Amino acid sequence: MTLLSVQNLRVTFPTRQGTFDAVRGVSFDLGRERLGVVGESGSGKSMTGRAILGLVRPPGRVTADRMELEGQSILNLPERRMRKIRGRRISMVMQDPKFSLNPVMTIGDQIVEAYRLHAGGNRAAARQKALDMLAAVQIRDPERVMGAYPHEVSGGMGQRIMIAMMLAPDPEILIADEPTSALDVSVRTEVLNIMDRLVRDRGMGLIFISHDLNLVAQFCDRVLIMYAGRIVETLAARDLHQARHPYTQGLLNSLPRLDAPVDRLPVLERQDAWRDGDMISQSLETEFPGGL
Amino acid sequence: MLTVDHLDVWFGHAPDRVDAVQDAIFTVAQGESFGLVGESGSGKSTILRAIAGLIDTWSGTIEVAGQAVSARRRDRAFYKTVQMVFQDPYASLHPRHSVDAVLSETLRLQGMDDIDRRITRLLSDVGLGSGFRFRYPHQLSGGQRQRVAIARALAAEPRLLLLDEPTSALDVSVQAEILNLLADLRAEHGLTYVMVSHDLAVVGHMCDRLAVMQGGRIVEVMDVQALRQGTARQDYTRQLIAASEGYARA
Repeated sequence: MTLLSVQNLRVTFPTRQGTFDAVRGVSFDLGRERLGVVGESGSGKSMTGRAILGLVRPPGRVTADRMELEGQSILNLPERRMRKIRGRRISMVMQDPKFSLNPVMTIGDQIVEAYRLHAGGNRAAARQKALDMLAAVQIRDPERVMGAYPHEVSGGMGQRIMIAMMLAPDPEILIADEPTSALDVSVRTEVLNIMDRLVRDRGMGLIFISHDLNLVAQFCDRVLIMYAGRIVETLAARDLHQARHPYTQGLLNSLPRLDAPVDRLPVLERQDAWRDGDMISQSLETEFPGGL
Repeated sequence: MLTVDHLDVWFGHAPDRVDAVQDAIFTVAQGESFGLVGESGSGKSTILRAIAGLIDTWSGTIEVAGQAVSARRRDRAFYKTVQMVFQDPYASLHPRHSVDAVLSETLRLQGMDDIDRRITRLLSDVGLGSGFRFRYPHQLSGGQRQRVAIARALAAEPRLLLLDEPTSALDVSVQAEILNLLADLRAEHGLTYVMVSHDLAVVGHMCDRLAVMQGGRIVEVMDVQALRQGTARQDYTRQLIAASEGYARA
């Protein structure tokens, strides 16, 4: 079942040198799956996530042939209507909790505020929900964390708090933009486990934006590879290492590996043809390989 | 080239004193590339900053090229021997200084002559053409900025280069270019590297030996062979290697 359908999404910014196309015709359908979006900086992967949530500010422009959340168009909705969708039905976790939590508000107050904004209800019920959510992301001492300020918790805990806050209104889709890049490897596994479980238990759709190919191959069901604002290849995550597009192959090869030492790392030779070449995509039967 | 013995580094005063590094001991031979790995807060960057003279609250011994260095004062000869490259090339270059200004100021501070010829040389050493000489940081990509930062460190013709996560702010394809460049420069100039990284694969690629740190202490010094074959002696090292291999669904 398709939760989100995007057809020919474009994001453009006017500049002094003419318009800059950050996203150039991206199309995909998201089901109840973990969809990885991989690419280098400037490939348009974050901008795609922001466009879905209506977070591209003027003078940036978003156009698409179709952008539908369960059949309802969410393209360029007025801000008042978008606010009913953002957070409540589609949520987003950003890269660094240091910049996404309010530094002068206790964590408890922030979660309660976010929850009441979307679900309403009285303070006591919202507080109980916040405690439950903190427990759900495996924070051992939720009572203490509720009263703490963001600078009093570690990066890994901050990211779990962000996830708790985003999941409190039970969204259908979670967009996670590099949610683990600022975290240590040991904490990373923990945060991923939590996201994985929540996605599976609640049947959410997850868009996982990352530059880490190995992580996406292991964590996601399906992967889109973006280059210069376009999707150049889409394939099942477990087949990532058999990627056919030279760009994907080049990215994989440029990673140093502990099990395969080399004297020199292969360097990616970018080709102009990748900007507008054909997309390599697997057949439809593998579209939802992880099938929840 | 570098000897670190019973190094303690702390911040603040009792009772709020934080012991960031405790009793660190390691040596790095001339021409060797040595890695420091560990999680954030393990003290790996702190050791590097103490060696570079950016932190003065430490005790123990740091010897560079056979000379003990003091916590308070470093002479010009020290900075001719030791230079540092920082993690974030977006933060470590002055936004209103052109590449030419960055390099010529450094060269003048180091008391070099023939500055014009040296700048051309430095730029070609780090794989930037002379066309980059009068550009400002915002006109450069992340990889190009890091090349400028490396050129600035090389300006003093140092023998020991301290690398603090030199590629973690860069894309993987650019990381490959910078790691290749660092390997070439080490071979050409006979440099000694001490490299801090949280990425075991990068350290495995670049270094001969490495120290694994946890909570301010070095838990293990091992060579890269042992890292590759997974024959670490300490549990913590094995956990770190397992965690860095990626995500295994629970």
